[in-house]
Amino acid sequence: MLAQFLQFLFSGITVGATYALAALGFTLIYNASNVINFAQGEFIMLGGMLAVFFAQSGLPLPAAMLLAILVPAGVGVLIEKLAIEPVKGAETVSLIIITIGASLVIRGLAAVGFGKGTFSLPAFSGETPIDVLGATLMPQSLWVLGVTAAAVGALWYFFNYSLAGKAMLATACNRMAAQLVGIDTNGVLFLSFALSAGMGALGGILIAPLTLTAYDVGVMLGLKGFVAAVLGGLGNGLGAVVGGLLVGLIEALGAGYISSAYKDAIPFVLILLILFFMPRGLFGARLTERV
Amino acid sequence: MEITLSRSAAPMAPSAPLPFSSDHPAATGAAPLLRVEGLTSAYGRIQALKGISLELRRGETVALVGANGAGKTTFLRALSGVQPISSGRILFDGEDISTLRADKRMRRGICQSPEGRQVFGPLSIEDNLRLGAYTQPRQQVAGDLERVYGLFPVLAEKRRMPAGTLSGGQQQMLAIGRALMGRPRLLLLDEPSMGLAPLLVEEVFAVVKALKAEGMSIVLAEQNAFAALALADRGYVLETGTVALEGSGTELIGNEQVRSAYLGM
Repeated sequence: MLAQFLQFLFSGITVGATYALAALGFTLIYNASNVINFAQGEFIMLGGMLAVFFAQSGLPLPAAMLLAILVPAGVGVLIEKLAIEPVKGAETVSLIIITIGASLVIRGLAAVGFGKGTFSLPAFSGETPIDVLGATLMPQSLWVLGVTAAAVGALWYFFNYSLAGKAMLATACNRMAAQLVGIDTNGVLFLSFALSAGMGALGGILIAPLTLTAYDVGVMLGLKGFVAAVLGGLGNGLGAVVGGLLVGLIEALGAGYISSAYKDAIPFVLILLILFFMPRGLFGARLTERV
Repeated sequence: MEITLSRSAAPMAPSAPLPFSSDHPAATGAAPLLRVEGLTSAYGRIQALKGISLELRRGETVALVGANGAGKTTFLRALSGVQPISSGRILFDGEDISTLRADKRMRRGICQSPEGRQVFGPLSIEDNLRLGAYTQPRQQVAGDLERVYGLFPVLAEKRRMPAGTLSGGQQQMLAIGRALMGRPRLLLLDEPSMGLAPLLVEEVFAVVKALKAEGMSIVLAEQNAFAALALADRGYVLETGTVALEGSGTELIGNEQVRSAYLGM
C-alpha cells in the first residue's frame, strides 16, 4: 500500500519538476511581455532532442547538454525578434496565435531534421534503481529533482538579489516607468525569452532518459506546463513551481488509482476546475496597490 | 566637470547645496540645456501636441501649466522618449536626441518622476530607488540612497516595504527620489502635487525649491499653477497642445488671462 503510494509519488514529482520548469518558462515570458508563449513545449522537445543529437555525434554528455540548452535559448530569442517584436502592440490573441505558429514551425523542422522516430538519452548516472520502502526510485529522478531545485534556486537568487533580475521585475510591473529609469526593456524581453527557452530545454533534457523523446513530445509537455502555470497563478514564480509539482502528482496519483488511460485527461479536467472556481490560481496576484 | 561631493554629507539644509545634480552650475554655457522645436505628437488620430517650442537654460526651473489635457504629460513623455513624436526636434545639450530610445536619453541625464508616480508596487522602496540608479556606477549608489533618505526620512523608515503599500504622498516622494537616484542633469517632474493633502503639497514643493537652489535644471508640469509659477524662473502656459503664453514666473502670475483661467482670481 505504502510502497505503491510512494511509487506514484516519485513518478509524480519527477515529471512534475519538468512541468515546473515549463511553467516557469510561461511565467517569465508572460511577466515580461504579457504573451502566453505556446511554443514553450517545443523548447522542452528541442532540449531533449538536441541533447540526444549532440551526444550521438560524439560530444561528452555535459557539453551536449550545455549546447542543448544554449541552442533553444537562441531559438527563443529568434522567435521574439522575428515573430513577436514586429507586431508589437498587437492584441494578446494575435500574439498567442503567433506563438502557436512558431511552435508548428519548430515541430515541423524537428520532424524533418531528426526524423519521426523515438529517441532515448542515456541516464546521467546508471540505471540501477534505488529501493525506498519497497518502491523503486531511478537515479535519474534524483538528477531531475536536484537540477530543477538548483535551477529554481538560481532563478530565485537572480530575481531577489541582482539588479538585472529586479530590472526584469520592474519591466514586468510597469514598462514605461522601467524605461524612465533607463532599463532597456527590449533587452529584458530578449532575456526573458532566452531564459524561459533555456528552462524548458533543461526540463526536456532531464526527463529524456526516463520518458524517451520524439519531435512531438512538446505539445503535451507544454500544455501541462501551462496548466501548472495557471494552477499556480499565472505570473507567479513560486506558483509555477508548486503548480508544476502538483500537476505531476495529481496526474500520477490519478493514473495510478483511477486508470492510466486518463493520465493525459487529468490535467485538462484540472484546468477547467481552476478556471471555474479559482481563476487566479493558488498564488495569483492579490491586489495590494494603493493609488 | 566632476563635482566634489562630500560623502559624509551633513543632514540636508535647504541652504546647503544638494549634491544630486551632476551638472556643475558653473558649467553654465550660453547654449540652452534643452531646446525643443515644433514638437508634435498624436495618440492615434488625436493630435495631443501641435508644435511646441521651448527652451531651458542650465540651472533654470521652467513651469508648464495648463488644464487637464493641455498636453503637459504628453510633452514630458515625449521628452523622455516614452511617447512617440511625429515631428519636431529635441536638442539636449546641443545633441539631437529626438530619435534616441528612452533608456539612452535617461543615460544622457534626463530623469523623470512621472504622472501618477508609477512606482514599482511589488518591489521594496529601496529596490525602487536602486532601480532609479540602474544606469549609474555602483559605488555612488549607497551615498545617493542616504541622501534621498535624508530628503525623505519616511522612506528610510519603510525601506523594506513594498512600494505599493505607501500612501499617495509617500509614493510621490519615492518617485522623485527614484528620479534623483539617476543623478539628473535635467529633472522632469510631472504633477508632483496631484492628489496630495495640502501639507504634503507644501513638503513636495519645498523639496523642489531645495533642488532648484542646488542648481538643478527642472521642468515642472503642474495643475497647481500658482505654486509652480511662484517657484519657477519662467513658465509656459499650454492650451490644447500649443503654447498659449510664455514669460517669467512673476509675469505670468500677474497676467490677467492666467489669473482668471488658472489661478481662479
